[in-house]
Amino acid sequence: MTVMEQRGAYRPAPPPAWQPRTDPAPLLPDERPYRVLGTEAAAKADPELLRRLYAQLVRGRRYNAQATALTKQGRLAVYPSSTGQEACEVAAALALEERDWLFPSYRDTLAVIARGVDPVEALTLLRGDWHTGYDPYAHRVAPLSTPLATQLPHAVGLAHAARLKGDDVVALAMVGDGGTSEGDFHEALNFAAVWQAPVVFLVQNNGFAISVPLAKQTAAPSLAHKAVGYGVPGRLVDGNDAAAVHEVLTDAVRHAREGGGPTLVEAVTYRIDAHTNADDATRYRGDTEIDAWRDHDPVLLLERELTDRGLLDEDTVRRAREDAETMAADLRARMNRDPELDPMHLFDQVYAETTSQLREQRALLRAELAAERQDQEGGAR
Amino acid sequence: MTTVAVKPATMAQALTRALRDAMAADPAVHVMGEDVGTLGGVFRVTDGLAKEFGETRCTDTPLAEAGILGTAVGMAMYGLRPVVEMQFDAFAYPAFEQLISHVSRMRNRTRGRMPLPITVRVPYGGGIGGVEHHSDSSEAYYMATPGLHVVTPATVADAYGLLRRAIASDDPVVFLEPKRLYWSKDTWNPEQPTDVEPIGRAVVRRTGRSATLITYGPSVPVCLEAAEAAQAEGWDLEVVDLRSLVPFDDDTVCASVRRTGRAVVVHESGGFGGPGGEIAARVTERCFHHLEAPVLRVAGFDIPYPPPMLERHHLPGVDRILDAVARLQWEAEG
Repeated sequence: MTVMEQRGAYRPAPPPAWQPRTDPAPLLPDERPYRVLGTEAAAKADPELLRRLYAQLVRGRRYNAQATALTKQGRLAVYPSSTGQEACEVAAALALEERDWLFPSYRDTLAVIARGVDPVEALTLLRGDWHTGYDPYAHRVAPLSTPLATQLPHAVGLAHAARLKGDDVVALAMVGDGGTSEGDFHEALNFAAVWQAPVVFLVQNNGFAISVPLAKQTAAPSLAHKAVGYGVPGRLVDGNDAAAVHEVLTDAVRHAREGGGPTLVEAVTYRIDAHTNADDATRYRGDTEIDAWRDHDPVLLLERELTDRGLLDEDTVRRAREDAETMAADLRARMNRDPELDPMHLFDQVYAETTSQLREQRALLRAELAAERQDQEGGAR
Repeated sequence: MTTVAVKPATMAQALTRALRDAMAADPAVHVMGEDVGTLGGVFRVTDGLAKEFGETRCTDTPLAEAGILGTAVGMAMYGLRPVVEMQFDAFAYPAFEQLISHVSRMRNRTRGRMPLPITVRVPYGGGIGGVEHHSDSSEAYYMATPGLHVVTPATVADAYGLLRRAIASDDPVVFLEPKRLYWSKDTWNPEQPTDVEPIGRAVVRRTGRSATLITYGPSVPVCLEAAEAAQAEGWDLEVVDLRSLVPFDDDTVCASVRRTGRAVVVHESGGFGGPGGEIAARVTERCFHHLEAPVLRVAGFDIPYPPPMLERHHLPGVDRILDAVARLQWEAEG
């Protein structure tokens, strides 16, 4: 035996071979976005659910049009439209039970009202009379979050707390494709996985973060694949197929409720309108691209399915449209009234107990307002 | 008459006791952070809590400060009272967006419907020979954010009392723990811990007639030492411990300055854009006719926190404080 061979015999054993802690295969998303409408799976879908989704889509489309019109009339400061994404918005709300929580981003006012929040209250942020106009506890809807992805860890924490308290509550958090580049997206996924928190993350991949297309946002195989790195299942779904989004989200919510932990769902959709009314989308995309997506419109897809199967009678269509018009007329009427503003409320609820510094500043504002009134009265005389 | 033998306790021990008592008193109180469970925290402030209350009440989280505070927001939304530990001052910066964009303004945003009773414990300040990123005085950032309370104890008894107050508060509190005072000792009976006044009250630590030293946290003992040394120069210095930077106790500070007519603000944080500028302005606006001299500041230099072998030149010490006191125009009248 040579010296080298002898040394070899005394070589310490190598550390145990690396083994994946979780088999990644079951976590992987489908290669193609899951679809129901226009496929064999549609036959299994509950006709009543499809009709309910349809009515909500029609209503949602009308809501987006009305809110966009209100910006043109100066009644809303800004409106990020979800036209083209109504299937995701509506399905997210409908997949949840009343006791569950929704964590929306700023583009998700449609999901917020589909959950039962009053449309005027949902729009105060965008009208500009107060940040969050609704009571988050009334319908279990967190405030609309403007800073991207920051609402995701909130959803994880809430779901975790509910589970600690023994409550049967699931949180569904919404984020866009751009938001998946944020650190909070990563941290939320990781915390949710480690804690096995009952959370569902819904990524609406609408192709653009304002003007930046997905190709400049990520090199991941898909956004759903991002889940795998955290030990979370990723699901890829056609975001314009309301039946498919509803099914995938309902499955994910059930899985979370049964203690299976979080799921990441990527819904592939398209933002038909510009980022907001203040954006000019012609600077970064062409009409042909938009036209292609118009043929894959969520309302159209569901309408076609229902019609082909003889599930959509004239009465249902008429009722859905009437309901949407009633909602729009009510929204128009109420948004056309000036909101009641009291500047003295600025100092309320900064702290549980107003500080002496804020009391001084409140007195200053009160004096300014009194002087303003006096000037106006003097001018009128 | 029998007297109970009261042993000296450290500030760290008082903080541990405050956490323990708060957790025992209210099952909604959850402690969370990096290494707070099994290890008991790098400064051992959470020592024994995981053992006593279980790992769901005292939780080792993944290493991600934004995630720690962000999930604490959700937990508070659901009725819990999270006490979050940021391991070091400079490690708290990743959590700034959560703190500024959500924690500080959720109550106001929702018109009071969704208050967030979160305590964010942050070991801060220098003087412990820490390497880069372990010695920052970050209070000015927190002070500049409406909606947060910013509290910092300087004594063992205050550490207990103020932390209990912070956890009981329905508002978010940034609780700044002076690292170099963790091992400071004082006679304090953990079996009969005394309550302190509500958050927002300063306290006069030493009465004097010549001038007021306005300070907080790690600089309080330095100012008390300076006041003792000043006696030899014939100055009788008053020392005000702010205890809370937000809310700010104008009344106690101004009452002192009106009595003495002179003031120096002392802190480790840099002077430019630091708390001292705000304090000097407030005192000048309110006490101008009582002042015999401009309000001076003794602060850390406006440099990134220096390496440990040089930090003693940076930190405000007794000599620099006395030099400032000497510049308070004692001979100027006439």
